[in-house]
Amino acid sequence: MAITTTTRSPRPAAPAAERRPRARRASRAAPYGYLAPFFVLFAAFGLFPLLYTAYVSLHRVELQTSQQMDWVGFQNYTRLLEDPFFWNALRNTFTIGVLSTVPQLVMALGLAHLLNYKLRGRTFFRVAMLMPYATSVAAATLVFAQLFGRDYGLLNWALSSVGLNPVDWQADTWASQIGVSAVVTWRWTGYNALIYLAGMQAIPHELYESAAMDGASRWKQFLHVTVPGLRPTIIFTVVVSTIGATQLFGEPLLYEGNAGGGISHQYQTLGLYMYEQGWSFFHLGRAAAVAWVMFLLIVLLALANAAIAARRNRTDR
Amino acid sequence: MTTIQLPRPGRRRPGTGRRSPLEGGPLAYAVLIGATVLFVFPFYWTLVGASRTNAEMSSASPALTPGPNLFHNIGEALQQAAIGTALVNSLIVACTVTLGVVLSSTLAGFAFAKLRFRGRSLLLAVTVGTMMIPPQLGVIPLFMVIVKMDLQNKLPSVILPSLVSAFGVFFMRQFLIQALPDELIEAARVDGASSLRIFWSIVLPVARPGMAVLGMLTFMATWNDFFWPIVALSSQNPTVQVALRSLGQGYVQDQSIVMAGTLIGTLPVLVVFALLGRQIVGGIMQGAVKG
Repeated sequence: MAITTTTRSPRPAAPAAERRPRARRASRAAPYGYLAPFFVLFAAFGLFPLLYTAYVSLHRVELQTSQQMDWVGFQNYTRLLEDPFFWNALRNTFTIGVLSTVPQLVMALGLAHLLNYKLRGRTFFRVAMLMPYATSVAAATLVFAQLFGRDYGLLNWALSSVGLNPVDWQADTWASQIGVSAVVTWRWTGYNALIYLAGMQAIPHELYESAAMDGASRWKQFLHVTVPGLRPTIIFTVVVSTIGATQLFGEPLLYEGNAGGGISHQYQTLGLYMYEQGWSFFHLGRAAAVAWVMFLLIVLLALANAAIAARRNRTDR
Repeated sequence: MTTIQLPRPGRRRPGTGRRSPLEGGPLAYAVLIGATVLFVFPFYWTLVGASRTNAEMSSASPALTPGPNLFHNIGEALQQAAIGTALVNSLIVACTVTLGVVLSSTLAGFAFAKLRFRGRSLLLAVTVGTMMIPPQLGVIPLFMVIVKMDLQNKLPSVILPSLVSAFGVFFMRQFLIQALPDELIEAARVDGASSLRIFWSIVLPVARPGMAVLGMLTFMATWNDFFWPIVALSSQNPTVQVALRSLGQGYVQDQSIVMAGTLIGTLPVLVVFALLGRQIVGGIMQGAVKG
């Protein structure tokens, strides 16, 4: 609506002198007309909820009567800090984050390196690698939960058929966290490989040629040409996957289908803990406090990342 | 999707470097094929599970090849978990959201890319700054708003918050900065074209490839969206992901039916992917370089 009112074109018959100022006013307003559809909805459903979360977190709000808010100050936060399950979730978020992010990015880098060779069937490999990215968290987790089943899962069948002991992929802390991380790794490795591949293709070929002339092996070339050339891309993927890891939710929720994250909360993440507070225990105020803690965590991670990148740059010069 | 595309001539030859990039050896192929098997295997396993019986899936030596029960299981899944409703709902939601995101992002992206106005850098900073903040953190107030608007369990509750995307605006801005020459807009303006006219007959045609990529990415992301739909909707009126969640919660005990539900819930995106996989790969790699 905003567009049609601000960009109505002047009648062509009007004399030039009269047309000018009106047209100019219209063209000054036009940019805001273009932005309006985005910003109106963005403010209502994007910015407002983010900021309002902080306000809600200072109130007692029940799920069933969510319009009624009672001021409680920082009580939601102090409760949170006293809850051992909160610290448990924070720890799990960290360990699952490492278990899913590090192997994922290392494998992606290796695969991208291979995809950068001259290959037959390049497109086939690239598309196949991206297929997991097209599946949903829910679908992927349901299938992996099958594969990791304790009694009838394919993985344990394979383990026992080569004479190894089956693993309890649900009740055991590390095994269950590996299971959850496997879903994340499967879904995102190919995506990151393509991002790295794009970065590698932007590295000038002459760099490799001169390195080869200096007698550098392929491995040396990878370490001294590819990795430095990819640094901005690597930082980008690290930031994005770390943020993703702090938000992990669907995988642990559907791994066994409950919001507790396992029988002894052994793989409950912060995202799942927030959902449990709000939608299993009906405390929206406390859930908002968890959300705000997660937000601060992301800000901290972003700052740490920026600091590391800045220091790296300084030592290089 | 399995067609092997030859590299387009002239694209991968950077000026002086006459030599083609390193040839991949047998080891490279072996590793890549191994990785491909790992990436594709879960899809195969879904099909195996979906076409067997529950008894066959819970036996000491599992069946490794697809069986004859696929259509029976799909029929059961459609009945027991409202997967049919879910497919229709997801289609409505994903199409509406894709349309909204592509349009609003092209409009705003064009303004940020090519127009000068007061507050431009501030507004752009707000957009880019919030791009990295997961929307998951805003679900509680969003939930309160939806309850107040009496939209709970209704499709608009999942459509409205997704209609615009900060990433989309940034993506279209990056695309239009490169794809749309300033002179083209200047020339149109000198000819006295109105702002709306410029957008319609100059910006839109140029923006179309970018819009297509953004549309594909948005469709997949919306189809697969999980957290907000399970909060806003219920299993009575689900999207596909909400229905899959009820399957995973054990309302349906039969594992082969769970797998059948998973299979049909994933099939639509896989079809999109089979048709447009190459373009999606290209879009992601382009976005990586520009972003």
